[in-house]
Amino acid sequence: MEAAGESLRDTELRLGLPGTDAPEKPASTVTRGGKRALPEDDEEGYAKSNKSSSSSEEEQGEGDLCGHEPPAAKAQVVGWPPIRSYRKNSLHARKVEGEAAGLYVKVSMDGAPYLRKIDLKGYKGYKELREALDDMFKCFSLGEFPRKEGCSGSEYAITYEDKDGDLMLVGDVPWEMFISSCRRLRIMNGSEARGLGSRH
Amino acid sequence: MREERSDMSEDDDGGGEEKDSWAPGLGVAGKSRGAPYPLPPPLCDQVLENVIENVLQFLTSRRDRNAVSLVCRSWYRAEAQTRRELFIGNCYAVSPRRAIDRFRCVRSLVLKGKPRFADFGLVPIGWGAHFSPWASAMATGYPWLEKICLKRMSVTDDDLSRLALSFPFFKGLTIICCDGFSTAGLAVFAEKCRHLRLLDLIEDYFEEEEYEVVDWISKFPQTTTSLETLGFDCLPSAVNFEALEALIARSPALRQLRVNHHVTVDQLRRLMVRAPQLTHLGTGSFRSPEEGEGMEHEAHLVSAFAASRSLVSLSGFREVESQFLPAIYPVCSNITFLNFSFAEITAEDLKPVIRHCHNLQNFWVLDTVGDEGLQAVAATCKDLRELRVFPLDATEDSEGFVSDVGLTAISEGCRKLRSILYFCQRMTNKAVLTMSKNCQELVVFRLCIMARHLPDHHTGEPMDEGFGAIVMNCKNLTRLAVSGLLTDKAFGYIGKYGKSIRTLSVAFAGNSDMGLRYVLEGCPKLQKLEIRDSPFGDPALLSGIHHYYNMRFLWMSSCKLSRRGCEDVAQRLPRLVVEVIRDRPEADDEAVEKLYMYRSLVGRRNDAPPFVKIL
Repeated sequence: MEAAGESLRDTELRLGLPGTDAPEKPASTVTRGGKRALPEDDEEGYAKSNKSSSSSEEEQGEGDLCGHEPPAAKAQVVGWPPIRSYRKNSLHARKVEGEAAGLYVKVSMDGAPYLRKIDLKGYKGYKELREALDDMFKCFSLGEFPRKEGCSGSEYAITYEDKDGDLMLVGDVPWEMFISSCRRLRIMNGSEARGLGSRH
Repeated sequence: MREERSDMSEDDDGGGEEKDSWAPGLGVAGKSRGAPYPLPPPLCDQVLENVIENVLQFLTSRRDRNAVSLVCRSWYRAEAQTRRELFIGNCYAVSPRRAIDRFRCVRSLVLKGKPRFADFGLVPIGWGAHFSPWASAMATGYPWLEKICLKRMSVTDDDLSRLALSFPFFKGLTIICCDGFSTAGLAVFAEKCRHLRLLDLIEDYFEEEEYEVVDWISKFPQTTTSLETLGFDCLPSAVNFEALEALIARSPALRQLRVNHHVTVDQLRRLMVRAPQLTHLGTGSFRSPEEGEGMEHEAHLVSAFAASRSLVSLSGFREVESQFLPAIYPVCSNITFLNFSFAEITAEDLKPVIRHCHNLQNFWVLDTVGDEGLQAVAATCKDLRELRVFPLDATEDSEGFVSDVGLTAISEGCRKLRSILYFCQRMTNKAVLTMSKNCQELVVFRLCIMARHLPDHHTGEPMDEGFGAIVMNCKNLTRLAVSGLLTDKAFGYIGKYGKSIRTLSVAFAGNSDMGLRYVLEGCPKLQKLEIRDSPFGDPALLSGIHHYYNMRFLWMSSCKLSRRGCEDVAQRLPRLVVEVIRDRPEADDEAVEKLYMYRSLVGRRNDAPPFVKIL
């Protein structure tokens, strides 16, 4: 009975929260084995059912027995749980800030009709960055992106505006230093960029 | 001290502020019919009235005063003349004019607006609760006004300006959960209000672009100020720190300071050094401005705290770096209120701190401390009266860090507990029952099991028995919030045993109309009832007709109400304002999405937006 019920349950797939245990039958208003008028009796009922809840599976109390449809797969409901938006925003803003402080930067390309935004933290180094930019802007580009430092032989140069507002060529400083000082990226026309190129 | 703030946020108040003659036949000079002020009494009565007035000066509780005012006309007049603090729990229940006509000598006003569920986004923007009509009425009606406290009102910059200009004796402004104003308004207020003692902004909403932010701190008078309380921890923009420091330096009476998260630990230390006499401190971010600068700040911070012998309340810790927590050890044993509810700390961070806090009475914390953290609290804080455990991640399927284990531990260690707010992802009837037995002095019990309809996670049973135990064993319970899987049975218990309950919050609970009926028929003291997403329909609504005039309000959203049922109530109770709020313009007219109804002496309001239909 109980054992069979347990193994049957094990094979069932249900919606539910992790860690919630399956009730043996729908947790219903029909009391189990008699009246439960007084909360003190709860002890007994609790002890009994405890044995059967050893298997943990993703199960939720059978929707509700109230007669409306069981709650759908947890789509967020407005205003639930009841936390003031002030609190939500304070904690959330901090998370977002922490994750993206200064690392989402705008990328503009001379001649392109709109800008893009990228997360510098998402790249491990300059190579990846160049590849990503190439990918992002290839529909606009009429030439190749510089594959190595300096801009010799290419139509475009990747530059950036740093903390002080100066226009710098990408690639001169160590990657970590770069991402901490880069405020925005600009893909410049090769001709304009001549003046910036490091002449090794 | 902290009581004031807790009181406001508990929404704990009671009988009518303006309530008189709801019971018919009391013969108080036609007040309820809006008749003019009664004729002056004969001479002997006048003498008696003067005597009464002198006695009544000492009566401050508004419930007592309401009772006094019902005795006879003479006492009514005397009470009206001597009431200094006017509490209006629903700004639409009475008009400013009526309030001013009756209470001539008010010095302090408390005014509340939107229903509480507005905090959770259930009330559309623009619903109402405008402070402006009150501000203008009082400018002429109460020229000696000294204090105002607003909660859930819409306050404009113009209102702030008017306050500062109209009341020469103005001393204190507290604004809680309000919106509509900005730093521009604060600037005018700070500048014009020369005798200001208290400015406290609590959880207000600001919507300013960076370029719009005004340096309001610099606008305070440049001379020595009378500031005793300055709180702006909810302000999203940074304040001019040098100006703030200078302000603190010329405010010798300052006792309470709550700064926002832009203030770093080294800045905080500088402020503390200027104000060692502080009793209440909101610490801002409690982290260092740059990475790796921690060490030097730590040492100085410890001495700053050591020098603050009077601190009894600590809050803030918005972005706390746990290395700084030990700095507060010197004051821990004196602290009675500690608010860690924005501090993402673990049990390991908490334990060394809480171990010192023997005198702690009010503790707010994030669930990141887990059951283990709560066990540590239970072990030390034997005097704890109020506990609030907030979730870091307020979503239904978030990982829960606290559970029935933590609740049980608290109930075993903190027997004097009076108020609890507990967010969790798993709970058992047993734990709730244990709390009901151990903490019999509970006045406020608010348990939020975040996943909807979640049963007891051990037994799979509904949470009926747990909540039943609470109402049965905690005889002083006045406020209850329920959650988890609940059947009508739970409401049966509430109706049967919850004889002192004034505020009840229900969400995703019950099976049928009986649930609501039990409550409306069984709880004589019920004042505020807010329900969402529960299957209660018109018959249940109608079962409360006998009681609605005694309530401040009823809120029901996403239940099973229909237009007809609400109209029925509106017809039968002419003094009730029945508002049907529509979220979407194309919504079905027959089904009522949101109902908000409240008694009022002045009938329907004239500032209702288009999405509100008053029946």
